[in-house]
Amino acid sequence: MLKTRVIPVLLLNNWNLVKSTQFTTLRTIGNPVQHVRVFNSRNVDELALVDIGAPRNGTEPQYDIIADLAKECFMPLAVGGGIKTIDHIKHVLLSGADKTIINSQAFLHPKFITQAARIFGAQCIVVSIDVKRENNAYSVYINGGSHDTKIDPIVWTREVQDRGAGEILLTSINHDGMMQGYDTELITKISKVVTIPVIACGGAGISKDFVEAIKSGADAVGAASIFLYTQTTPTNVKQFMKHCGIETRI
Amino acid sequence: MITIIDYGLGNLFSVKNALDFLSISSRISAGPQDVQTADGLILPGVGAFEDGMKNLHARKLTRLIYEQVIVKKKPILGLCLGMQLFAAKSYEGGEFEGLGLIDGVVKKLKPNDQKLKIPHIGWNDVRIMKKDSLMESFKKTPVFYFVHSYHVVPGDSSITTSVCDYGGEFVATIHATNIYGAQFHPEKSQKDGLTILKKFEQIV
Repeated sequence: MLKTRVIPVLLLNNWNLVKSTQFTTLRTIGNPVQHVRVFNSRNVDELALVDIGAPRNGTEPQYDIIADLAKECFMPLAVGGGIKTIDHIKHVLLSGADKTIINSQAFLHPKFITQAARIFGAQCIVVSIDVKRENNAYSVYINGGSHDTKIDPIVWTREVQDRGAGEILLTSINHDGMMQGYDTELITKISKVVTIPVIACGGAGISKDFVEAIKSGADAVGAASIFLYTQTTPTNVKQFMKHCGIETRI
Repeated sequence: MITIIDYGLGNLFSVKNALDFLSISSRISAGPQDVQTADGLILPGVGAFEDGMKNLHARKLTRLIYEQVIVKKKPILGLCLGMQLFAAKSYEGGEFEGLGLIDGVVKKLKPNDQKLKIPHIGWNDVRIMKKDSLMESFKKTPVFYFVHSYHVVPGDSSITTSVCDYGGEFVATIHATNIYGAQFHPEKSQKDGLTILKKFEQIV
């Protein structure tokens, strides 16, 4: 039976591992290699790495850092941040990533999704969608949460699937780093409109939050703060989820 | 010495990384000499079938691989797309000819449960049907990482050594004399995956 994935999400800013809160305040955590090594030894299902430094600095993905981190991973690694061209995707994959995560570029040039999926296979293309809720309405944000596109995430998500993406990484900007639970209403809304896997992200604080996210319709769950700031490990979370009837890989 | 065939699309680095970790000597290459002198071959795979075959043709690897595997009987392990390329034909995005190392076709996964999504992404149990040289050491049900939308349907079902259930069973591993294949990614499947690579090295 397919196991529900619990995916630690790591943010990189240049060489440092950082953590955001609502996509703004950045706190430096430390050396990413150490953390990746620990996650690998903890037998995590998968790892997502997003380089927020690259798009901010207008630079290419940092292939050598990706390669260093990929060396430590015997589980799948999804990498994103500043990926704008087919060549970027090719080099990120050659550096050791198994999947690439694209965000702003996909929104600005949706044909990029189709092109990338055709060349590399849909399974390599994860489209990341960042959503903010304001006055009871949801809106897609791009450029690291700095630009409000004023587009309804349901509309964009449907297009992302139609364009050929393999998976969706759905992040709630409001819940990011707050450790108060996922935005289950958003997860429910989005997972209803697509048939490709949705990885929910943003807000996990305790194991129960993961269960709520899956029950709301997510296929997999991503989290960062809980694993960086608390004693809870991905295995603890998966054990709890299994206890609640969700099939996980222990 | 195992040659990991570089056709511009595989996750070569991950495969080499796993082999390095297991202290198995390997090299990444598309050079005919490196393919000819290897003791065993690995054809990795991340991408779409059409591009996979285009790239193999462009690097003049198609005939070479066929000759090494079918004529010289060199052991080969195909991973994910790599295994799919072994088939005679694929229906991914059209109709394309494969390497023809095994009789069979590549078709889209059609889970009989509507709630199951495509691609099939994640860790899933594999049911061993034949404890061959690749699969014999697993004492309990192994779990591997799958990420694919298509699967191989062999013409001769006796080459199927294990299956995976995703709204219906599909072929997870195959073994036809010197030809081995895995639909999952052993280089990304932690302990169980590393066992597969270790066993292949022992075969080689």
